[in-house]
Amino acid sequence: MIAFVLRRVLASIPLVLGIATIVFFLLSLAPGDAASLFVSPNITPEVLEQMRRNMGLDQPVHVRYFRWMSAMLRGDFGISFSRNQPVADIIVQILPNTLILSFCAFLLAFTAGILVGVLQAVRQNRLTDSSLSVVGLFFYSMPSFWLALMLILIFSLGARNLWGWPIWFPASGMTSVEYPFMSPVEQLRDRVAHLVLPSVSLALVLAAGIARYMRGSMLEVIRQDYIRTARSKGLSELSVIFKHALRNGLIPVITLFGLYLPFLFSGTVLIETVFAWPGMGRLVVDAIFQRDYPVVMAGTFIFAIMVVVGNLVADVLYALVDPRIRYD
Amino acid sequence: MVIQTEPAPLLSVRNLRKYFPITGGILPRARAFVKAVDGVSFDLHRGETLGLVGESGCGKSTTGKAILRLIEATEGEIYFDGTDVRAMGSSALRRLRRRAQVIFQDPFASLNPRMTVGQMLDEVLKVHKLAGDRSGRRQRIRELLDTVGLLVESEDRYPHEFSGGQRQRIGIARALSVEPDFIVCDEPVSALDVSVQAQVINLLSDLQERLGLTYLFIAHDLAVVEHVSDRVAVMYLGRIVETAPVRSLYTEPKHPYTRALLSAVPRPEPRRDHRHGRIVLEGDVPSPVSPPSGCPFHPRCWHPLKDDACSRVTPPLESVGENHAAACIKLSRDVELPPKTG
Repeated sequence: MIAFVLRRVLASIPLVLGIATIVFFLLSLAPGDAASLFVSPNITPEVLEQMRRNMGLDQPVHVRYFRWMSAMLRGDFGISFSRNQPVADIIVQILPNTLILSFCAFLLAFTAGILVGVLQAVRQNRLTDSSLSVVGLFFYSMPSFWLALMLILIFSLGARNLWGWPIWFPASGMTSVEYPFMSPVEQLRDRVAHLVLPSVSLALVLAAGIARYMRGSMLEVIRQDYIRTARSKGLSELSVIFKHALRNGLIPVITLFGLYLPFLFSGTVLIETVFAWPGMGRLVVDAIFQRDYPVVMAGTFIFAIMVVVGNLVADVLYALVDPRIRYD
Repeated sequence: MVIQTEPAPLLSVRNLRKYFPITGGILPRARAFVKAVDGVSFDLHRGETLGLVGESGCGKSTTGKAILRLIEATEGEIYFDGTDVRAMGSSALRRLRRRAQVIFQDPFASLNPRMTVGQMLDEVLKVHKLAGDRSGRRQRIRELLDTVGLLVESEDRYPHEFSGGQRQRIGIARALSVEPDFIVCDEPVSALDVSVQAQVINLLSDLQERLGLTYLFIAHDLAVVEHVSDRVAVMYLGRIVETAPVRSLYTEPKHPYTRALLSAVPRPEPRRDHRHGRIVLEGDVPSPVSPPSGCPFHPRCWHPLKDDACSRVTPPLESVGENHAAACIKLSRDVELPPKTG
């Protein structure tokens, strides 16, 4: 097992470097550069030229590539053009924000998706099943930014201003303005409240998909002979479903786990924008508009690593969940 | 095995019916019914083995599952040791599971791939609070594995690490773990190689002798059934068409269907046994959705006396000899039946 993980990690190094290389050259094909942001009648072409030289943009592409690559391999991601800060510092600051949001959304999506899927399978073709299917399909079809806006409308704007609901959640940022003046308990509550709407709107779409997969895989498992065996043992229905059926039904859903993991690191852009969440998605999108090459490259690099790690985690989980799978 | 004529049978089934609805259309509702089991009655005494034979799809497995409440019967009565099985609540049902067990046909599908042998046996012992604490259960698991002829080290292995015969032994160990009185053996050897079949059957016979078990032995292999059963019931399209002690059923089959079945058993020396003419039935088993009127067997029956009455009258199971009953209205007029040879 350890040898397998090591082999996979080694094999993914050229993959990640390849991705980084392709993105680098694609980006250099895009018109404009970081200096063009400063173009204005007050700045002479000489100054712009000097800026380009300072950022190293006057060099040909291949020279820039090798410089960047050798620096990155030494762990130096360069300095952001637009923020004038080391890229590594920016990422260390921003990545945890995204991780918190993604982790919550993930947890919500898989818990809800799996439970709904199991419920649907147990009640196949009954009213519960069909109505949950309709609801699931609705959420699955809706773009997440639209859902986010609706949630804001209902639970933030509407709740406070129109209907005066007791359930109210903040609609933007990670903390309230008065955060620094709160007691630790209030600070925690404030952070959790800010997490609710963004993670729910991210999770709903995912959960709908997961529930679909879970339902299908559970239906297959429930028909197996060993489920009948479990019943004939005299086990309660609850332990037949959750102990015998669920454990086997989870195997296909682990594939989704691997697939969605990287998606959560990149796909949060829209949600982060809607909720003004200072995360990786927004960082990279802003950087692209500003031609902030070092930040874009570092972001892409991290996303690529996430894809590889996600797949690796899924493979390891397979082996943990299914004793028939052995990696030697 | 001797047929014990106790006053009260261990298991008594009366008029058991199981209809599966066929749903379709926009609003799901039953359009038709598959009459898998259509009025089956029999008694089973302690220590006895009743062989239930018939072609695939005739309802033998469904009967077995309905008796154990693994599926819910549509109609009829099932009494296990005097208790109404169909009226049992969940705690009574759990007590039934301690006394009535099942061995399934496919040992590859009937074991949870995610549990070790030890875990699945331990689970049973825990649910029924048998064999005491952890070490007591462990001791019992080792005993069980030893009983069915598996190494005690098998405890920590997963089902996929075993062969078909070994897996079926695990299934038997699982069924035995609750020390049951009664086991439904649902085609326990038909998924196994012939060489392994004999081992498993001998194991089942040994266990019956040692533990005084009662078997309902479901199979389509007539040779196997002849070997293990005390009595045999032949099923066709959800009904029992003939039932008799094993000896008389195999030497003097009465019902035309039983005769046809027995004539299909391969003989080791066909030339010497040429007197056993092969009766070849025409056509397929009719659909259990719309079984033929009257006698369910009449469209394929080769009996020379077959007439209109056969398609009108549903023949009751009537006594045709000592402990021997068959459902055919032409049997009372016993004529010499020239079997077709072919």
